[in-house]
Amino acid sequence: MALLQIAEPGMSAAPHQHRLAVGIDLGTTNSLVATVRSGMAVVLDDEAGRSLLPSVVRYHADGVVDVGHVAQSAQNRDPHNTIVSAKRFMGRGLADIEDVASLPYRFVDAPGMLQLKTAAGVRSPVEISAEILRALRQRAEAALGGELVGAVITVPAYFDDAQRQATKDAAQVAGLNVLRLLNEPTAAAIAYGLDNAAEGVYAVYDFGGGTFDISILRLSRGVFEVLATHGDSALGGDDFDQRVFCWILEQGRFAPLSANDARLLLTKARDAKEALTEHTEVRVTAVLSTGEMMDATLTQDEFNRMTAGLVNKTLVPTRKALRDAGLSADDVKGVVMVGGSTRMPCIRQAVADFFRQTPLTNLDPDKVVALGAATQADVLAGNRAGDDWLLLDVIPLSLGLETMGGLTEKVIPRNTTIPTARAQEFTTFKDGQTAMSVHVLQGERELATDCRSLARFELRGIPPMVAGAARIRVTFQVDADGLLSVSAREQSTGVEASVQVKPSYGLADSDITRMLKDAFTHARDDMYARALTEQIVEAQGLIAATRAALAEDGALLNAAETAAVEAGIASLETLLGGSDHHALKRGVEALNAATTEFAQRRMDRNVRRAMAGQKLENFG
Amino acid sequence: MDFSQTHFELFGLPATYALDRERLDAAYRELQNTVHPDRFAAQPEAEQRLAMQWATRVNEAYQMLKHPVNRGVYLLSLQGIDALHAGNTRMAPAFLMQQMEWREAIENARAQRSPDALDALTDDLRAVHRRIETQLGDLLDGVRDYAAATEAVRQLRFMDKLIAEVGDVYEELET
Repeated sequence: MALLQIAEPGMSAAPHQHRLAVGIDLGTTNSLVATVRSGMAVVLDDEAGRSLLPSVVRYHADGVVDVGHVAQSAQNRDPHNTIVSAKRFMGRGLADIEDVASLPYRFVDAPGMLQLKTAAGVRSPVEISAEILRALRQRAEAALGGELVGAVITVPAYFDDAQRQATKDAAQVAGLNVLRLLNEPTAAAIAYGLDNAAEGVYAVYDFGGGTFDISILRLSRGVFEVLATHGDSALGGDDFDQRVFCWILEQGRFAPLSANDARLLLTKARDAKEALTEHTEVRVTAVLSTGEMMDATLTQDEFNRMTAGLVNKTLVPTRKALRDAGLSADDVKGVVMVGGSTRMPCIRQAVADFFRQTPLTNLDPDKVVALGAATQADVLAGNRAGDDWLLLDVIPLSLGLETMGGLTEKVIPRNTTIPTARAQEFTTFKDGQTAMSVHVLQGERELATDCRSLARFELRGIPPMVAGAARIRVTFQVDADGLLSVSAREQSTGVEASVQVKPSYGLADSDITRMLKDAFTHARDDMYARALTEQIVEAQGLIAATRAALAEDGALLNAAETAAVEAGIASLETLLGGSDHHALKRGVEALNAATTEFAQRRMDRNVRRAMAGQKLENFG
Repeated sequence: MDFSQTHFELFGLPATYALDRERLDAAYRELQNTVHPDRFAAQPEAEQRLAMQWATRVNEAYQMLKHPVNRGVYLLSLQGIDALHAGNTRMAPAFLMQQMEWREAIENARAQRSPDALDALTDDLRAVHRRIETQLGDLLDGVRDYAAATEAVRQLRFMDKLIAEVGDVYEELET
């Protein structure tokens, strides 16, 4: 007989076995998956022993999809159908992409987010990213020997709401349960901070293939508090490749390039950049399909000169983040370097000069984000008591509304700790106005047109009143993933409208369902069976957690209340025998509803306990 | 969740402008450790939702108490005074004059593109900010002159705006 497990007082950990959870670093250039095994975070390799999965997806006309190294090796041969760096397109429209002309893809402009035409049909960046995530999920499930309960997926700290939502959607399409979207620098800080028992203010300088982030954190007694974050979600190692690419074009004086030749030279440019990490000069040679040739030498000095502007571009957000944190470079105790682009000597030198100290590079800059994410996934999956540390992260960009005259009214300022909520009151502009349009924006600029449009919705049914008499309260709620939902309510009548902010980039739930179906058709997987399995796991988890709560805190309920909760458990258990995942879902919802009051009492009691402990400490 | 509880009660602190920052931080950490959604990610949905509401409330209270202007506004609101009400515009003429001088100084530093001038200005503004904070503490905790405290809170807010404007100029010079 199994022994009953009893959770630590105050913690509501349900009894369960080790739950398989992973951390995924979905990078612009490369992606990785890591997990915690016997208390240690480890990166999971593919069958060939490689840990990095190139973030490259190739679509064939017959529907076959290659991901990773196989796709990467085809990029010069098949540039239209081989998508590199899809992360740069997540939640972005065509107008947002600066170097469209030099990219070999066939873009389709769609409302909100662009799409790409491939041999297998038009694909959204969400679907392309989902292919990468699916490959990593399969790698992890093969290595761990079971289905994953969930994943922590990292995003650049400077990703806006549209980019975050697109990432979460991609995970859903890939069949992954997202435990949390975690900011990349914060993930790195966990891996670094826990390894080094660090205390004090740290900067994480995270420079990847396509994004730059800077985060200032205070580490204190196990709390990782992000004080400020800044960045540039369109600046990365790719831009350095572009500079070298331009240099190659100058040297070669080529006729206009075919897509294949452009891809070839971009690859040459990247190889040259990487070679300059170790060497003071590199010889660049290429033979194009036209027979044209080039042969030239690029020195590190020349490279540094042509990329100095890019290096400087990272220091501007760095200064802003320090200013937002109310600190100066001297207050920073250590600078953690993350991301492949921090291997460039010119970057290390610039960071060292700016902070007047040698940056920390003792953890592999390619792996540190995935390792941190895996550590957090282990906690969120409930595999450890979890009171070892706590993350307090922020939103990177202000959230607001468009007001009269096309101006932005900030509702939640950037660098506010999440989760957070803020309400603002507005009124009507005209006599008898019965509807109000709410335009949700993200960004720092004063004009609404200069900010990113996240959503538009209408509050209708406002009773006719004189201008200025209605009181419309708009509430913003940002959850722990940094995702926003907005609701509006007319105060005197209670007319209400709310949105989960998703629409502006045009992926509705129906799109996701279609993508899921497509994905399952190709994977020859059974969507129905998967949905049922997921519901069963969830129902079992809920029953176990509720039983554990009753065993621990049954005293908080009277006899009738206890009976009601037990009845809810019993009816969900009967549904477990069936095969209707919809019925099971309703059963889960019913038990959740039946335990809401119980959960509240437990939480109130836990808060009282925590504060009682505080008072003792303070007097002691 | 007890919404009648003040932010001070939530953290177990006395309702004064003078703040034991270490105690606030410790209580904040302890509360977030208890209620943060990361503690409930493996728990049923009802508990996750509750955790988000609680963590939101704790964050809001912390922001309110930590920030010198917010704390003043909040203490006055506990006295039934809306310090930032649009109709409330009383301000000493001398302070307004001083404001105009600072604005000119910011403009000059911008025109001369002088980071040194900005540094000096920042030091000045911060010193005045600290001085008003001290006065505000006395007005709220000591003599309980809420009308004067309201004016001091509004002055502090002006100072915050000036400091932010200096930040904008730094940014302008950097790019």
